[in-house]
Formats: sequence, C-alpha cells, structure tokens
Amino acid sequence: MNRKLYVARSPRIAARMLGEEMLVMSGQGSTLFTLNPTATILWQSADGATPLDEIVDRRICPEFEVQPEEAQRDAEALAQDLAKHGILLISEQPISTQSIAKPVASVQQQAQEKVRP
Amino acid sequence: MPGLAVQVERYSVVIAIGGIPVRLNTTDTAFLELLQNRYAGFVSEEDSTEYDFDVELTPPPFTGADTDVRVTYGAGRWLLRRGDFRAEWEPATRRGSIHQTANPYSIDAVLRIVHTLVLAKQGGFLLHSASAIRNGKAFLFAGVSGAGKTTISRLAPADATLLTDEISYVRKHNDDGYVAFGTPFTGELAKLGENASAPVAALYLLAQGPENRIDPVTVADAGRELLANMLFFAEDQEMVHWAFQAACDFVHRVPVHRLTFVPDARVWELIG
Repeated sequence: MNRKLYVARSPRIAARMLGEEMLVMSGQGSTLFTLNPTATILWQSADGATPLDEIVDRRICPEFEVQPEEAQRDAEALAQDLAKHGILLISEQPISTQSIAKPVASVQQQAQEKVRP
Repeated sequence: MPGLAVQVERYSVVIAIGGIPVRLNTTDTAFLELLQNRYAGFVSEEDSTEYDFDVELTPPPFTGADTDVRVTYGAGRWLLRRGDFRAEWEPATRRGSIHQTANPYSIDAVLRIVHTLVLAKQGGFLLHSASAIRNGKAFLFAGVSGAGKTTISRLAPADATLLTDEISYVRKHNDDGYVAFGTPFTGELAKLGENASAPVAALYLLAQGPENRIDPVTVADAGRELLANMLFFAEDQEMVHWAFQAACDFVHRVPVHRLTFVPDARVWELIG
C-alpha cells in the first residue's frame, strides 16, 4: 500500500482522560464516546502531520504486540470509524494544525487517580 | 399629529437562585403575585441584578410544555423555545424577554435554561439530583427518575437542610472546590429547597438495593454518570465543551461514590 493517510483530532470534539479511559464528546448532538485503548493512542497521536502507518509502527505495534500489516489494516478501519462519528479527520494530505483539537496531554496529569475512595 | 403615549406600569420581582439575581418584569399584578408565591424564599430585595427579563403574557395558542425544548445561539442572542414559551436573551446586555401564558411552569423552565447557560462558562451546572446540607457540608444524590432522589430527601434527618429533591445547583468556588445552593425546582416532594449553600463534600450516585452500602466508583464512570444527569439544553458546540469540561473537573475534585440503599432512614448514618 503506497498511499499515505493522515489523521487529526476533530476540533468539534472535547476530550479528557478520566482514569485510564479517554472520554470524548461531540460538540454536535452532545454524544459521549469512550475510546478503547487503541483508539485512545490513535486520538493522542493524531496530529495531522504524522502518517497513520508511522503511528501504527511507533505507537500501536509496540503496545499491543501485533503484526504490522494486521495492525495497519485494523488502525485504518478504526480511523475510518472514528471519522464517521466526527471524532477524527482523515486525509491523504497532512492536515493543518489549525483544524486540530487541543492535545489532551495537559489533562493526563489529572488522570492518576483510577478509583475513587 | 402628536402621538398618544400610554404609560404602562411595570412591576418587578427579583429571584436569586445560586446567588445570581434575575429580575422579572411584568405589567400583570396577578402574575407578579404568582411569581412571588412560586419563588417564596428566593425572592430578593436586592436592587442590582445580573439579568433582566420582560415577561410578556400571551393568550393561547401557545401549546403545552410537552414538546422538546430548543436552545440556540445566533446574532448575539440566545433563543429559547418550547411549546409553551418563547424567550430571547442577549448576554452582552444581560437583558431578555419571555413570551408565555400566565403559568409558573414556563418561567421555571426559562430560569433553569438561563442558569445552565450562565453556569457552564463558570464551571458549574444544574444536576438531576437531590441535595442536602449536613454538618456544614453539602451532599448530592444523583439519579434518573425513580432512582430515589425523592425517597432519600424524605428520609433526611432533622439536622439536614434540604436544598432540593430534584435539581441541584452547583457552582465552582475558586479553583479547588464547589458550592451547592438550594433551588426552588421541586420534584415529587413538591417542597421548595432551602435558600442556603455549603461546600460540596461528595456526590452519591443513587441505586436502590437490599442493603445500605457505599461503593467506590471509577473516575470515568463518575464522569459518565455526572454527564448523564446534568441538565443541558443548548445546541451549541462551545457550550457542550464547557459542560463536558465542567463535569470532568468536578469528578477530579469531588469524591464520587455509589450509594445503594433501602428505603430506610438508617441510610443517613452513612452520610456526613
């Protein structure tokens, strides 16, 4: 597969890491989603500039110990699914940073607490 | 030809919920009296208000309150619509108007919506929950209809101050805490909450079961359930973001537990 895919976080989405779960809420329709671990990595890595295959190689394969080809296929399907729900933007060209939601790194420090007392 | 000017007497009542005074102006003395009775305990003598609404009473054809509410923003103003009312509100001037028939339910809905819009940017919210003050601390009891909000309110001991049996009012206080206020928004108990406030000590997610017990809740579950119980009306992306962030901030700062209880006053031994 020669074509490159780029993914970016939709600016229409609000996202926070709560404990170990990534919650995202669509600004339109107020729909709440909980991302699974793979989708969370995809969301966190979706800077619009890094190609999807690179995200798979560097972030997803080491994390889940899957074969690159299988991981690439699954990641592409997942990205399409997230795009369908308006969570990610997908393009065959790099995506401008102006259209990307704020990174969630700033709130991950608040996510240390896993279970309330 | 000189115009004929008619001076119409306007009457006002200031209703302060959550420490936010809202003035309602009307030309109808009977409606004024209805408002004063409906919001007794929350009527303020303050002259300065944060928001001002002219209430224009309209005869039917306004339909009932069972249609969906729509809250949209455009051209610098909020438009609030339901079968039984139509209201506009301009945040920049803090003024608005309400068109409705002479009933207390429409104005109740408008006040709830206006307060959710005001609170969202401040990190606060209205919540489907009962709340009460005990030993100087406020406790929230959230749940959908039938979860036990009215029951836990009925079971409250004499030393508890009931803030509401239906809709709690939560404001962010500085950067590290929240304050719950009493509201006149009632549920099955049909009793106005006390116009009092206290720092929020905990949020309990209600469940009815065979015994009284408190269980931990993951912060993600707390966030999901808080969002599910928040009152939110606006079809506006920015407001959705504010509400989402408010819920996430709250569950990071306030202990959230699952409270399973039998309809028995001893459940309050676990609270406070």
